[in-house]
Amino acid sequence: MKAVCFEGPTKVGVHDVPDPQILNDRDAIVRVTSTAICGSDLHLYDGYVPMVEPGDIFGHEFMGEVVELGPAVTNLRVGDRVVVPFPIACGGCRSCERGLWSLCENSNPNAGLAEKLMGHSPAGLFGYSHLLGGYPGGQAEYVRVPFADVGPMRIDDDLTDEQVLFLTDVFPTGYMAAEMCGIEPGDVVAVWGAGPVGQFAAASARLLGASEVIVVDRVPERLAMAEEKAGATTVNFEETNVLLELRELTAGRGPDHCIEAVGMEAHGDFTAVHAYDKAKQLMKLQTERPQAIREAILACGNGGTVSMVGVYGGMVDKFPLGSVMNRSLTIRTGQTHVHRYLRPLLEHIRNGDIDPTYIISHRMPLTEAPEAYDMFKHKNDECTKVVLTP
Amino acid sequence: MGVDDDPRSTLVVRAVGARELLHAVTLLGGPTGAVWTRVGGDALDLALLASAARSRSGTRRTRVLTALGVVGGITAVDLYAAARTRRMQHGRGRPGPLELQASVTVNRSPEDVYAFWRSLENLPRFMLHLQTVEDLGGGRSRWRANAPLRRRSVGWEAEITSEEPGRRLAWKSLPGADVDNAGTVHFGPTPDGRGTEVKVVLHYDVPGGRVGRAVARLLGENPVQQVRDDLRRFKQVMETGDVVRTEALPEGTDARHQVLQRPGRALKGGVR
Repeated sequence: MKAVCFEGPTKVGVHDVPDPQILNDRDAIVRVTSTAICGSDLHLYDGYVPMVEPGDIFGHEFMGEVVELGPAVTNLRVGDRVVVPFPIACGGCRSCERGLWSLCENSNPNAGLAEKLMGHSPAGLFGYSHLLGGYPGGQAEYVRVPFADVGPMRIDDDLTDEQVLFLTDVFPTGYMAAEMCGIEPGDVVAVWGAGPVGQFAAASARLLGASEVIVVDRVPERLAMAEEKAGATTVNFEETNVLLELRELTAGRGPDHCIEAVGMEAHGDFTAVHAYDKAKQLMKLQTERPQAIREAILACGNGGTVSMVGVYGGMVDKFPLGSVMNRSLTIRTGQTHVHRYLRPLLEHIRNGDIDPTYIISHRMPLTEAPEAYDMFKHKNDECTKVVLTP
Repeated sequence: MGVDDDPRSTLVVRAVGARELLHAVTLLGGPTGAVWTRVGGDALDLALLASAARSRSGTRRTRVLTALGVVGGITAVDLYAAARTRRMQHGRGRPGPLELQASVTVNRSPEDVYAFWRSLENLPRFMLHLQTVEDLGGGRSRWRANAPLRRRSVGWEAEITSEEPGRRLAWKSLPGADVDNAGTVHFGPTPDGRGTEVKVVLHYDVPGGRVGRAVARLLGENPVQQVRDDLRRFKQVMETGDVVRTEALPEGTDARHQVLQRPGRALKGGVR
């Protein structure tokens, strides 16, 4: 089969690789019908996530048709159309029972390595480094889905692939980012990053009752999208001082909640600090470039919530901890517990509360993945989201 | 430093230099125990310097004594490195007692977890180094572990020395075992009463010679990590029904294969 494989920093190729096979009784093999490139795939692509090996198959946003089932999967049938959450969860451990699906205690066979870096191990993820399991991803013609009796959700009605594909990651991730804020009527929510997750975070903040939503980015078409779809006020960090602007927009209070949907490869307006972070990141002295989260913390109003869904991999420097402590900020974060949100968000799509397809800018065949990655990374051609079809 | 400018001294100095290079080569490429050759070399240097100091006087004598002091310091560092290396070798084929401890939390009742472990024939499902455990009845069992050397397998008979269902299980190998060993597993409820805390203590009396080397290979580079991995697989079996496998780690969690992993994609011809 054809699959998108990592070749080295900023290089992916479409390779002919062996078809996946059932390894555990609770596995399914899914023929992928649609898959998307996630902003977090770019962190892998750029080589900033530890333990990504040449030959690894990328992709954790995918859906398709069940073509083979392990003997222990009884709730699915061959031919079922399914969307697959990006975290792999067993359903039997304490974390899964508590709904903390992305912290499944059994799905990362490399937990020993993850523990060395992070203290304890999170769940295994599709196509997201050996540190998180070394599972082949779904930017391929076929993919093995472990614990298929727990994760995949069957889509029975006539919703299109594009309407439900983003239930695998970006829609629930944006939604969880907003939910973690504990929004109350009258609250002002600011979102850093107007990529797909930031778009859905802004839209979800509206769904959850925020009175005002502000989105910070520098890409004009993305800011325009947030304005149009989520009714957001926009702040272009290349044109203005974000902290001052947010202070003005809230009459000095700062937003009640700040959502960070940027992650480890942030671009900043403050060039000297950006150069310092970039140099340390390239020298592997830190894994992150944390401008966005720093700014979100400093901007947040006293007693507010900083909700962080941008992806970070390891260690960070110059973190404004004093601001967090002295101003009673709450930081909430996590890889999305996607399983929790599948059904409620499918309802929102079905009801017409939101049509997630608006983030799609490009539709391409899987074989053009190298061009797609390059375009998405550089945001060329107003690229916000690429859907690949095998 | 005041070395005499005669052919004999030049020869000695060059020989010492060549020997130092030899140390470097053996340390880089040879066995870890090679660090002891440096200690030997240091002794030789000290002897040479001491004999030189006897036949010198005045400033020249002071210089030689200074060199003697410096080399003495280097000897101390080498001795420390050698002793440390020896300590780190413990459990890797050095004879002697070895105790390993690890623990894990399982989301099942202590009764369930105990019952699974008490059926000793289940142990090879999550302990990678075991081939079979056979229940001989009457608290006795026959254990067979993977043969790390050709035609050399490790086997022993064991008896259960104490058992309290849902709380504790202890066993000990019977006389005549290749490796004397004993183990205790404690089962206790988690503070919230929903799961079980499993604590394992294993004792090995590692013999010398070929059997000792075989045991060392069996226990791997990091024996505690291996026990932890066993418990991780045990948890997987108890909570999900099987050992979790990936294309990169088809055998499941295994510290020995963790460093050099296959790429995250299927293998030609399958893995099972």
